[in-house]
Order: sequence, then C-alpha cells, then structure tokens
Amino acid sequence: MSWAIIQQSLPLFAKGFVLTLKLATLGIIGAIIVGLICSLIYYFKLPILTPIVTIYTEVARNTPLLIQLFFLYYAFPILGWRLTASQCGIIGLIFLGGSYMAAGFTGGFDGITKSQIEAGQAIGFTRWQLARYVILPQGLALSVPALAANVIFLIKETSIFTVIAIPELTNTALDLIGMYYHTNEYLFVLVIAYAIILIPLSLILTYLERRVRYGTFGH
Amino acid sequence: MSTPLLTVSHLEKSYQKTHILHDISFDLDAGEVLTLLGPSGSGKSTLLRCLNGLEAFQAGTLTFAGEVITQKAKQWQQLRQQIGMVFQSYDLFPNRTVLENILLGPLKVQKRSRETVLPEVEKLLQQVGMRDYRDAYPRQLSGGQKQRIAIVRALALKPRLMLFDEVTASLDPEMVRDVLTIIRQLADTHQMTMLVVTHEMDFAQQISDQVLFLADGRIQEQTPGPQFFKRPQTSRAQNFLASMDF
Repeated sequence: MSWAIIQQSLPLFAKGFVLTLKLATLGIIGAIIVGLICSLIYYFKLPILTPIVTIYTEVARNTPLLIQLFFLYYAFPILGWRLTASQCGIIGLIFLGGSYMAAGFTGGFDGITKSQIEAGQAIGFTRWQLARYVILPQGLALSVPALAANVIFLIKETSIFTVIAIPELTNTALDLIGMYYHTNEYLFVLVIAYAIILIPLSLILTYLERRVRYGTFGH
Repeated sequence: MSTPLLTVSHLEKSYQKTHILHDISFDLDAGEVLTLLGPSGSGKSTLLRCLNGLEAFQAGTLTFAGEVITQKAKQWQQLRQQIGMVFQSYDLFPNRTVLENILLGPLKVQKRSRETVLPEVEKLLQQVGMRDYRDAYPRQLSGGQKQRIAIVRALALKPRLMLFDEVTASLDPEMVRDVLTIIRQLADTHQMTMLVVTHEMDFAQQISDQVLFLADGRIQEQTPGPQFFKRPQTSRAQNFLASMDF
C-alpha cells in the first residue's frame, strides 16, 4: 500500500464522494415522497390508484436496480426520452426506493393500534382529521426504523450507477484501477469513503429513531 | 310519556357466519343509567360498539333523539359528538398533552372557540381532580389518571349519551374506585344518560336504573336495578350473580 498513490487519487475520490452524496440525497428525497404518496393511497384504498400502486411496488421491488438503470439508460432513448446518466441514476433510485419507502410507511400505518383509531372516531373525527391527528403522526413515527434502513440501503445502491458510467465513488475506483492497477489502494479508499458516509449516518438515524419513538409514544 | 333518547329495536349482529347479537330491543330514557351485565362473550361490548358505529349491524333499527341511524359514515361522524365513548384501554393520543387530547374534539370537530371551551374543560379537569396535569403527557400518568382524562375528553364534546366499555377492567383495584366515583357523580349530579358495561357488581348495583342481562347474544331479562340485584327473574342471571360472588 502506498500513501502517495492514495493521496494522488483523493481529489478524484472527493468528486465521486460529492456526486454519490448528491445523487443519493435527491434519490432518497424523491423516494420518500413517492413512498409516502403510495402508502397513503394504499392505506386509504383509493379506487383506481390502489391497483396502480400495487403494480408499481411489485415491479420496482422485484426487478434489480441494475436492470432498471439499463432500461432507463438504453431503452428510454428509443422511446424518444433522452436522459443524462445522472438523471437516469436519480430516477432509478426514486423508482426502486419509492417502493421500499412505500412498504416502510405501510408498515408504520399498519402498526397503529385499532383502538387508537377508534378513539379518534369516537370523538367525531372525520376521515381527514383522523389521518391528520392520529394516523399520520403515529404511522410516521412507527415507520422511522424501516425508512432509516432504506436510506442506508439506497445509498449503497448508488454503487450500481457505475454500470451507466456515472462518476460516483465506485465508478471512480473502478476507473482508477483500470488505468493504474493499484487495486489495493483504490479499493481501500473506496471502502473508507463509504464508511465515512454510512457509519455516522447510521448512528444519527438510530438516535433519531429513539427520539421520535420517545416523542410520540413515550418509551 | 316523552320519547326515549335511544331506541334499539330488533338489532342483529353477526361476523361472517357467527351470530353475535340476536333480536336486541330496548329503550333508554334521557337521564337513565342502563347497565349491561352478562358473562364474557355474551355480546355486551359488541352491543355498545354498535351504538357508536364502531361495529356495523345487519338488521334492526337504532333511533337516537328521534333520528333513525342509517349507518352512513357521515351520520355516525356527526352522532359521535353526541354519543361519547370511553374504552377499557383509555387510548389517549400518546403524542399529545392532556389538554390537547381533550381540546381536539371541541376545537377541531365542533369548531368551537378556544375561549369558550377552555373554561369548561378546566372545570371538568377540576371535577376529576386532574387540574394540575393539563400539560402532562399520557406516559406520565397512571392508568386511573389516564382513564379520568379519557372521560373528560369524551365529556368535552357535551354528549347527550355516554357509553362506558369496561372502563375499569385494566385498572389497579385502588384506582377503580376513583374512576367509578366520577362516573357515579356524572349520573347523580349531571343526570347524564349512560350505558355501562362493567364487571364491578357493587358499582353496577349503586348506579343502575335498569339492568340489561345478556347471555349468548340475547337479552335474557331487563329489570330495574334494585330488583335485579335482589331478585333476578331468570335462572341465568341468578347463576351469574352467584358466580360473581355477589
């Protein structure tokens, strides 16, 4: 292992690091929005939209991100939509992540006890008030652990973006290895780079889970 | 004679193939306290829940204050402001303070102003001895305290009928008395119309104007309270009272 080689590669890795963070952030925000909308449609069994959501989540969860990206990158242009590689990456992450987030939110909503909902009904809440004052606050709090796991999962999935040549962390490492053959150094930096993102994030999310649970349920 | 506040006539309730309630009919006059007694599984709680729209029924008619209940969601939503219910599991909202729990109904559902509601709520809190807890969260309260708040939460809507579903069943014995005292005061001093499901026989005897004795989903007898506890008419009820060590 050579420090000099590692040092020389750092500016390139820094770029990849920033791009990984940027794509992951946009993808995760989009996935949370899509997931929340889908889970609400599913929870309230809205006509027409519920089967669409079911089909979407089944397709998204049961096909690999790799194939989804190929589809966006190679098949969409045939249909006339030309997207940049980064756009494909973000859309792919939202497509995949949205279905996972939907499942996470649904798990949270399903975890609300029936008696809490009945207590809301018993004081005359309308459907909307029940959602606003009982289902959303409690369901969201219950879904935080699943959402946190999804966030970590989706960040790691960005490594697959390398197949459509997005210069994120993994792509940077593989490119450098291809050019200079310093496999050990570049893989070492790659692992450290992911660890720098994921370990602190994981700790923060665990702390957040506890805070939210205590704030909502008091234990 | 004035019309009853609540009339239940020939109510039938089943889950899929299981018949839970058979031909339930009774009247409840304003100011009257009716206790539902009977062995476990006799359908008491289910009957109570039918009267608040938490369970649908398949046949029969409910009439509340002259209005026939059609079981439409919108109608139940309106009626629940007049028919308060308190549950065994209290079910305060854990993410809201005591005061917020109580105010949600009057402010959000009934759209009344905070200035008019707050004095009423403070008075109710005072009556149940919980005035100092208005800013506490449910997690900071004991079971008995939670149940008192749940009662205030229901009363804050100014209901005309209160349903109590085994409200002391998950409380420690020393807290049971506090909660039952509050319910009795509600009957004595406020002439609140109530339907009470309970296993506390002493309490039932003190509070009941009428007793409805259920077994196997059928009304076995409806008897004025004092008479029921002295001389129940049916052998089922006699056995039931004997088994309750009463």
